[in-house]
Amino acid sequence: MMAIKNNRLTTEDYNEAFSDIHPPFAHDEGAILEANRCIGCYDAPCTKFCPAGIDVPLFIKQIASGNIKGSARTIFRSNIMGAGCSKVCPVEKLCEGVCVFNLLKEEPIRIAKLQRYSTERAMQEQWRLFERKAPTGKKVAVVGAGPAGLACAHALSLEGVDVTVFEKEEKAGGLMTYGIAAYKVTPEFCKEEVDFITSLGGIDIRLGTELGRDFTLADLQEKYHAVFLGIGVGLTRSLDIPGEKLHGVVDAISFIYDLRTSGYANVAIGDRVAVIGLGMTAIDAATQSKRLGAKEVTLIYRRSKHEKPCTDSQLDLALLDGCSIIWLASPKEIIGENGTVKVLICNEMKLGEPDLTGRRIPVETGKTFVVDVDMIIKATGQEPYEELLSELFIRNRDGKIMVGGEAETNIPGVFAGGDAVTGGKEVVNAVEDGKIGAKAILAYLGLGSEIK
Amino acid sequence: MANLQTSFLGIKSPNPFWLASGPPTDKKINVLRALEAGWGGIVWKTLGTQIKNVSSRYSSYNVYGRRIAGINNIELITDRPLELNLQEIREVLKLFPDRAMVVSLMTDNNRKSWHELVKKVQDTGAHGLELNFGCPHGMVERGMGATVGQDPEIAKMIVEWVMEAAEIPVITKLTPNVHSVVPVARAVIEAGSQGLSLINTIQSVTGIDLDTLIPNPNVAGSSTFGGYCGPAVKPIALKFITTLAQDEATRNTPISGIGGVTSWKDAVEFILLGSWNVQVCTAVMLSGFRIIRDLCDGMNNWMDEKGYRNIDDFRGLSVPKLTHWEDLDINYHIVAHINQDKCIRCGLCYIACEDTSHQSISKEDGIPYNTYTIKEEECVGCNLCKMVCPVEGCISMKEQRKGAEYLNWKEFQKRGMPLNDH
Repeated sequence: MMAIKNNRLTTEDYNEAFSDIHPPFAHDEGAILEANRCIGCYDAPCTKFCPAGIDVPLFIKQIASGNIKGSARTIFRSNIMGAGCSKVCPVEKLCEGVCVFNLLKEEPIRIAKLQRYSTERAMQEQWRLFERKAPTGKKVAVVGAGPAGLACAHALSLEGVDVTVFEKEEKAGGLMTYGIAAYKVTPEFCKEEVDFITSLGGIDIRLGTELGRDFTLADLQEKYHAVFLGIGVGLTRSLDIPGEKLHGVVDAISFIYDLRTSGYANVAIGDRVAVIGLGMTAIDAATQSKRLGAKEVTLIYRRSKHEKPCTDSQLDLALLDGCSIIWLASPKEIIGENGTVKVLICNEMKLGEPDLTGRRIPVETGKTFVVDVDMIIKATGQEPYEELLSELFIRNRDGKIMVGGEAETNIPGVFAGGDAVTGGKEVVNAVEDGKIGAKAILAYLGLGSEIK
Repeated sequence: MANLQTSFLGIKSPNPFWLASGPPTDKKINVLRALEAGWGGIVWKTLGTQIKNVSSRYSSYNVYGRRIAGINNIELITDRPLELNLQEIREVLKLFPDRAMVVSLMTDNNRKSWHELVKKVQDTGAHGLELNFGCPHGMVERGMGATVGQDPEIAKMIVEWVMEAAEIPVITKLTPNVHSVVPVARAVIEAGSQGLSLINTIQSVTGIDLDTLIPNPNVAGSSTFGGYCGPAVKPIALKFITTLAQDEATRNTPISGIGGVTSWKDAVEFILLGSWNVQVCTAVMLSGFRIIRDLCDGMNNWMDEKGYRNIDDFRGLSVPKLTHWEDLDINYHIVAHINQDKCIRCGLCYIACEDTSHQSISKEDGIPYNTYTIKEEECVGCNLCKMVCPVEGCISMKEQRKGAEYLNWKEFQKRGMPLNDH
């Protein structure tokens, strides 16, 4: 009898299943050997492909020279969430993917692992790497304590601005805290990372306060000299197919949120799970389903391997965990029994003409097939807060905030960045947006900045 | 298969690799292990005057994350009883009669001491003597070692004493802690030394502990200048050896080359610059006696590929190719060329040239990879880009002569040709 149930494994098995997927260097020697393998490219491809622009050759050289403090400062100066990003960045398509060693058909430098080495040490030993400038008397409100908001807050505080961050959840960190697979970052780490960021001073995070419920944008405009909206995006967008309300159909973001907040044993999982989508979140949902004890996990993706949004190594991770993939398939209908999911009917797709981005559009072939499932996890991208934005009269396109060149929204003094603007990118992109936002706010306030 | 056998002043050994006088050759147990591993000969650690060692004794210079680019040491000559050493030398000679056994000597600066020591050592049946005029620490302060090797008069006097008693070949080991080894070499040859060996170690400070501020090696909170050896000193050794190969009075005296020999390639280079064989120490301190296998095998394969049957076939062949700067051909001009198919876009050539050479490489920005090309008209052919390039064969230097004829500096000047024109 198939069923969705929790408590499938022993505590030891849960801990094993969710242990750190990218463990750190076991010894300093490993880091030093790896750091010395780096040839220190000039105008380095890794730096160019880092959305936050971390000077990678410099921080690696600093590890090699024994200047770990300098190395950590180099990283954090460009990316205040450099510790978390070392664990969650899809480096195979960013810095490590363009390491020149790839052109020699050799293993790229393990940049993320080296970045983790320095940043973890900085956090463990609570190095004080930055000092705030003298107070400017300016106050800025940041909405959302996710990567964009925190990066913006830190950059502003450095320049002597007092920042208040409003966060609707009970913990800060945004998707880093709530939306990333547990085998990449732990809740404890996320808390330490936030504490490390706020240890600079000048950043007051107010948890459990939500825009539109506890305060309005007008309140903020009145009390602060500027506002930064780093509100992110909401739950997974609806599949818009019959049967979506059946018991057993869950949203990937809520599923991962539960995993991050309830304890592994309390998270119920089906025997046969279908995950819709093939982005990073889909992979995280699929692999974690398997690790929670699901017998079969099938990823369902409407395009082919060539168009997939996840990277090869993420896909390999799912495959190694024993997940299977059905390519060119799109959910058509969910059939239930006694109110619970039983069968997923899919359209067989084929690739048609390319869209504006060059990716070929999937079209129905007219044929269908069925997959027996007892749980469906939707991971087809997150729905932006379109309604909220419209109520605030913030110009947006399909719920994505429209910003000028420097993060300005259509409302003077209101800036935005992160997933709320992009619709959903990596943590590191959000951090960069936060920095850009801070720079724009400082310019708006007539203050200089040394943001790198 | 090439023949690696050598005869150095008539001392035969199955290959040109001897272990230099030092920690690896200070007692029978090590020496037997070395000879079992296949080493061609041994220079037994220096016997002579009575000493007392300190602890610690070595320190290393590490670079680019690799250990031991060089070692320095403040260990003195043997601290074991002379009779025990002599007994062990006899035993080793009996067990390995086909290997070279040379004994290093150093004693107080008087004729009697030297005569006694020479006689005792040659009584063991050893094949040769090496006079340690090079040790730069400890013994120096007692007027021995490098103190002798830095003064042609004293060196000559001691060699004369030795020659009065010696019945087996005498090799004098020279110190590099001089501006030139030629004056001392000439003096000891004149006094009768049949062979030379060099270099001994170079006075050095390898580094300082940045917590305690005590230089290495630390002896109860203090240190002293130690003798530097290992791969880092090879280029200096090659230079000193070449100066002897170039000098009229010293060029016919057999040289045993020492100084950072780590691979068979290093050994080939020493021989190409006039050494008859080589001595090794630091490399075995780092990796053990087993390295002899590749030393012999690598040299053998190289000789086969080049068609050399014996060590003598290539000895000194590179000496004539080292000349005075003023004899170099000014018309010879090379420019760098980057093979774009091999280039991995690291930009190391660009930044080296741009910051420190002649701004002869252009950068065309790309995402993520830039394209680098040589500005031939700016390139002076310095080799720097080729040296920093991590890909072998990616940057090559192409000949673009400035004129067909050989033209050296003297002639260039005589003709009043343009200067400072770049």
